[in-house]
This record gives sequence, structure tokens and C-alpha cells, in this order.
Amino acid sequence: MAAISSVKATSDTHNGPDVEYEKRRRFNRRVSRGLVAPALIFSIALTQIPFVVTIIFSTLNWNQLRPDEIRFAGFQNFVEVFTGGDFLPALWSTVLITSSSVILSLVFGLFLAILLDRKFPGRAAARTLAITPFLVMPAAAALIWKWSILDVNVGMLNWGLGLIGIDPVAWNTDLPVVTIVMLLTWQYTPFFMLILLAGLQSQNREVLEAASVDGAGAVRTFRAMTLPHLRQYAEISTLLGTVMLVQVFDPIAIMTKGTGGTKTLSYLLYERAFIGLDVGQAAAFGVVTVIVTIGIATIALRTMFKVFVDGEVK
Amino acid sequence: MTTRTMWRFGVPAAVTAGVMTLAACSGAGTGGGGEATAGGDGGESVELTLATVNNPQMKDMEELKSTFESEHPDIKVKFVQMEEGDLRAAVTADVASGAGQYDIVTVGAYEVPQWAQLGWLTNLSPALEADADYDVADLFPAVTDALSVDGDLYAVPFYGESSILMYNKDLFEAAGLTMPDHPTWTEVADFAKQLKTDDTAGICLRGKPGWGDLFAPLTTVVNTFGGQWYDTNWDAQVDAQPFQDAVNFYVDLLADAGQSDPVSYSFTECLNLVQSSKAAMWYDASVAASILEDESTSAVAGSMGYVHAPVEKTTESGWLWSWNLAVPNTTKNQVAAETFVKWATSKEYQQLVGETLGWTRVPPGARVSTYSIPEYEEAAAAFAPLTLDVMNAVDPKMPGVSPQPWVGVQYVTIPEFQDVGNQVAQLVADAIAGRTTVEDALAKGQTIAQEAGDKQK
Repeated sequence: MAAISSVKATSDTHNGPDVEYEKRRRFNRRVSRGLVAPALIFSIALTQIPFVVTIIFSTLNWNQLRPDEIRFAGFQNFVEVFTGGDFLPALWSTVLITSSSVILSLVFGLFLAILLDRKFPGRAAARTLAITPFLVMPAAAALIWKWSILDVNVGMLNWGLGLIGIDPVAWNTDLPVVTIVMLLTWQYTPFFMLILLAGLQSQNREVLEAASVDGAGAVRTFRAMTLPHLRQYAEISTLLGTVMLVQVFDPIAIMTKGTGGTKTLSYLLYERAFIGLDVGQAAAFGVVTVIVTIGIATIALRTMFKVFVDGEVK
Repeated sequence: MTTRTMWRFGVPAAVTAGVMTLAACSGAGTGGGGEATAGGDGGESVELTLATVNNPQMKDMEELKSTFESEHPDIKVKFVQMEEGDLRAAVTADVASGAGQYDIVTVGAYEVPQWAQLGWLTNLSPALEADADYDVADLFPAVTDALSVDGDLYAVPFYGESSILMYNKDLFEAAGLTMPDHPTWTEVADFAKQLKTDDTAGICLRGKPGWGDLFAPLTTVVNTFGGQWYDTNWDAQVDAQPFQDAVNFYVDLLADAGQSDPVSYSFTECLNLVQSSKAAMWYDASVAASILEDESTSAVAGSMGYVHAPVEKTTESGWLWSWNLAVPNTTKNQVAAETFVKWATSKEYQQLVGETLGWTRVPPGARVSTYSIPEYEEAAAAFAPLTLDVMNAVDPKMPGVSPQPWVGVQYVTIPEFQDVGNQVAQLVADAIAGRTTVEDALAKGQTIAQEAGDKQK
């Protein structure tokens, strides 16, 4: 529209049509704003109103089972968040569980992606099978792990350990964090694999051929050519994977119930809201969680972004 | 893309992610609603919406509702079945906000007195007492005690249960041991240590954190060791010596002779273990006996023995739980709802279940007369006399050795208790796993419990 108006402005020297044009332009702008408005209002309502309501809730003293005691409490809930001693351990658990799962999934995902990038009979079937864990419902996956894989008496993993002479491990009791990280890694490796596989397949075969003609071995080619090429794909998968893993809830609710360092922020929030029935405090935890997430996300995205730019410059 | 655009993209994305986490959490509580009910008390036809837990007994009730509907052609009943946790959240939200989408709700014994005091439930006494055939006096007094406020009944028990000690007679015989009718915990611990082998647990006990999981049996142990959650002044007694002794005993017993991976275990897990003969004893809900004795699904049917809950300083130590039918105050169909509640908890209903579905499926623990139905006595011979005995013996007003300011055995009827019980259970689970000591766990638990106690003063 800007281009048209400049053309018009130069061709029309008379005053009259110019004013008329200005009117039409305003009208057009109003129409386009009117057309965009519903979508804009809808998205603001959808994303921001719940957040504002949460902030309002966070200033109330409101336990669902004490409806007669709902009143304004100022920052009391926030004081409790920081003095209660639950928040920092939960933040640490979230960081620990998320980062270990992401790193392990990335490593295993890369390994699987490289294997599946090769041509072999039954490759399509192998790929489908490798993706399956990601398609299983999180709650169902947690139940399968709890009953079929990790159970002390009949679990497959302990049976396997028994074959090599290791005593059964009480995973959930003794190693809760490892249990959760193991399950999440199993579940999210296919996701990382998919993205990295797409990266591998977009690699130019001629370049690789040229490298091998120049006498570079498989390891050298992988390190010098493939890994730098995969960098962006690894970063994108890490970013998306972190976003998904940070809100993990099902395996913790089903298996460890938040014991032994597995009480992540999302589980803590659930506990405050649905076991504590304390709407005000849960909302305060939610608000603080959002602020902390924004903080961490900002730092992560900024450092990550530098890497993106570096990658493009090369 | 430049730094600025990425930054602009990143923040709204993070905000949205955070908001969505919150929205997802709050959404979970509002699921499973029913449609608005049609008609009123005087109307032509009424549809009642009943929110209930998805227990087998409740599914039986749904199966039999057509009998009620043919007896009362103007009333239709719609069942909304939910998991226990979802039901609690959905019904609390509905009743607390006065939305009124449910005409009848199943409420646990823990919530009934609290909700009654908040004025959320209809007083059922007038309707029940007006009907001579209904026979209110036939309901177990211990159960109705826990459902009454100032002598008025705000919910009717549909089925009730206590806790008993179950043991595998084959394993006891093989080890040359005899189980007394009223064992003490000291004896049980002794048996458990003798029966423990590499692949068989001496005893299976709940270790999964949760006020309704770990702390259901553990609170009865605390009671019989002379401890309690609160004294009559609402001062927490969690770090007092008897409470500590009880928890130490429980944790040590699990470590010495319990199942492996105790933190994973609650009712269902122990049931599996016992059914595969991998646990010699099991202390849990009496309702388990009817599942263990079901010959079509249980490999140990006929080889299990049942005795009273182990004691230490009290004479009985069973817990008391019931699922009850209540009518929220917000219903527009009170009369019709009361009619259905009466039907589902009547003696005739028990006959109906026995005759159409089988006598082992009669809801236990609600009516004394259930235990004198000849067919039921025969079908449930292995555990019915004991259940009757225990249900008559438990005292929810003073289950331990000291008086308490609430009515209830394995729970405290204050709104904060599920939170307190849950947090302390997590601390005790850490002690079970050896990550902390019982002393440290209970010291923290005392602070948590005291905060809630202060709100009662």
C-alpha cells in the first residue's frame, strides 16, 4: 500500500483527489484493522486473560475448602513461596531432570539417527519402530515402565540385570531421579532422532563424496562435515525438547509422587492446587514459575541465538 | 533473523508456555461434568446426575439402575464415573462454587463432616427417619458416627471397610508358624522376619506417598502405638515419641522384611504380590479379602487367612472408611435424589445385587443386616464374620489411647489434612528409601502439621 500511495502522490498534483485518496486510505486501514481485530482480541484473551486472572488469584487467601475465608492477602502467598522451602528444591529438580533428559536424548537421538540414515533392508520398519516411544501416551508409558520394565519381581530390566549377576534394583525407591530421567530419555529420544535425521538427510552427498575422494576417513568426515552441519538441527531439537520436558508431569505423578528430588515445578504446582486446594498459593507458584521461565528462556535463547548467527556466517 | 526478532519471538512464547501450564492444571479440575438436569420436583420427569468413583460396587449400581427406573418411571439416573482424585476435584469445585450440576455425589468419609459443616450437603436424617422400612438403625454405628454432624446424618454409607491382616496359610504352615486371632505388631514383625526369603516378602505394606496411600495403614499403627496427629488443643504430635516409635517400627519392618521397592507399593501393587504368593502377610483394606477369595481371578483363593489388624497398646486398630451417597444443597431435585439414595442403600438393593449379580458382590460394611443374609454368609464365609467383628469394634471417636478433637481413624477431618498427610508421607517415603532419618522427617512434618493445627484453634 505504501508503494501505491507514493506512486499516486507523484502522479496526482491536484489537491482534491489527494484528499479523497487520503480518505480512502484511512477507510482501507480501518477495514483491515477491523478484519484483524477479532483474531487479535481472541489471541490476547486466550493467552493474557488467564495470566491476569492467575495474578489476581495469587494475591488472594483462598483455600477451596474454606470458602468463608476468601480475602485479599497482598504478597503473603509470594512470601510463602520463597520462605516455604519448596520452591528452590523444585527449581533445581526441574533443571536437573530436564537438562539430563535433554542431553541424553540428544546423544542417543544422534546415534540412532546416524544408524537409520544408512540404507539397509527394513529401514522403513526400523524407523517406525524407533519413533514409537514418542507416540505412546505419557501416562501409558509411565505405567508400562512401572509395571513391565522396572518392577522388582517381574520387570524386564531387573530380569536382564539378573542375567549378568546384578541384584534387582528398587528403581523407584532408591533411584527416583534416575528412573524419571531414564523414562523421559526413552520417550524423547525419537523426537531428537527425527529432527537430526532430517538434518542428516539434507546433507549434500556430493560434498561427502568429495571429502572421501580427498582421502578423509569416516570419522574425519563425520567430525569435520556432518557435525557442523547438524549443529542447527541439534539446537532446534534441544530448544523444542526443553520446552516439552520442562512441563513433564505424568511419570512423576504415576511413579515417584514427587519423592527423592523428583518434585519438579509442574508437580509442585499441581500439589498446591489439587492436594493443598490452595488456589492463592498455587497461583503464586505459577506466577513465579512463569517469571523464572522467562528469565531462563531469555538467557538460553540469547546465547543460543549467537550460535545461530555464527552458524549462518560460516 | 536478528537478535531483536528472536527476543521478540522468545518472550511471548515463554509467557504462553507458562500460561498454558497453568491453564492445563486448572482444566483438570473441571472435567467430567454432566448436563443440566431437566425438570423439578413437581415436574413430569426428572433426570438425576450422579457423580461417582469408578469402583466395582458403583459400576454394579449403574448396572442395576434400570430396576429403580422401572419402579420410578418419572426418574432417570445418569451416572458420571471418575477416578477418585478427579471426582474429589470435580465435586469440590462444583459444590463449592454452587454450580449444581450433580444431584447425588459419592463422598468419602473424610469429606462428609467437613462439607456438612460448610452447609454444602442436605441433612438426610428427616427423609430417612420418615421411612420406617428404611431402618436407619441398621447402618453400622461406627460408620454413621463418622458421617454425622450434631447427630444429623449428611450422607448414607453405600459400602464400608476396615483394615485387616491377611496371611498366606501355606507359607505359614511350611514355616511351622501359627497366626493368633489378635496379633500384636511385635509378633507380626517377628513372623515377617522368619518368613522373609530372597523372593518372598515377609509382609507387604503400603509405601507410596499420599495421605490415602502410605498414611492410611501408618496412621493406624501410630494410633495403636499411642500416638496421634493432634491432641485436644490441636497441637501437632508428629514429633512426639509414640509417633516416632510407630514410624520407626514401620520403616524398620519394611527394611527388614517388607517388599522390595516399597515406595512403589500401594493397594493394587500389594494385591498383585500377594496373589502371586510373593508376600506372606499383607495389612490393608478388608475389601481386599473379597478379591483374594475370587476363584476366577485369584491364585491364592482358599489358602488365605484373615485376622484382626495388629495392635500394640489398643485392643483394636482397624481403620474405617466408607463411600457414601450425599445430596448437595444445590440440587433442584432433592426429593427425587433422596428417593434414589434410599433405594441404593436399602436392604432390598442388597437382595437385588445378590440375586442378579452374585452374593459376593453385595456392598459390604454398610448395614449390619448384610451379615445375617444366609447366602452372603455362605459366599463370604472366609472374611465376613471378621469384617462384621471389626466394623463393630472400631471407634472413630477415639481410635488411639488419647482423646482427639475430631471423628475419624486414619485421617483428620480438617481441610488441610490431605495436604499435611501428603507432605509428611513424602518425607516418610524419603526415610523409607534411606535418604533421611525418621527423626528428621518427622521434625519437618511437625512444622507442617502444626501450621495446619494452628488454623483450627
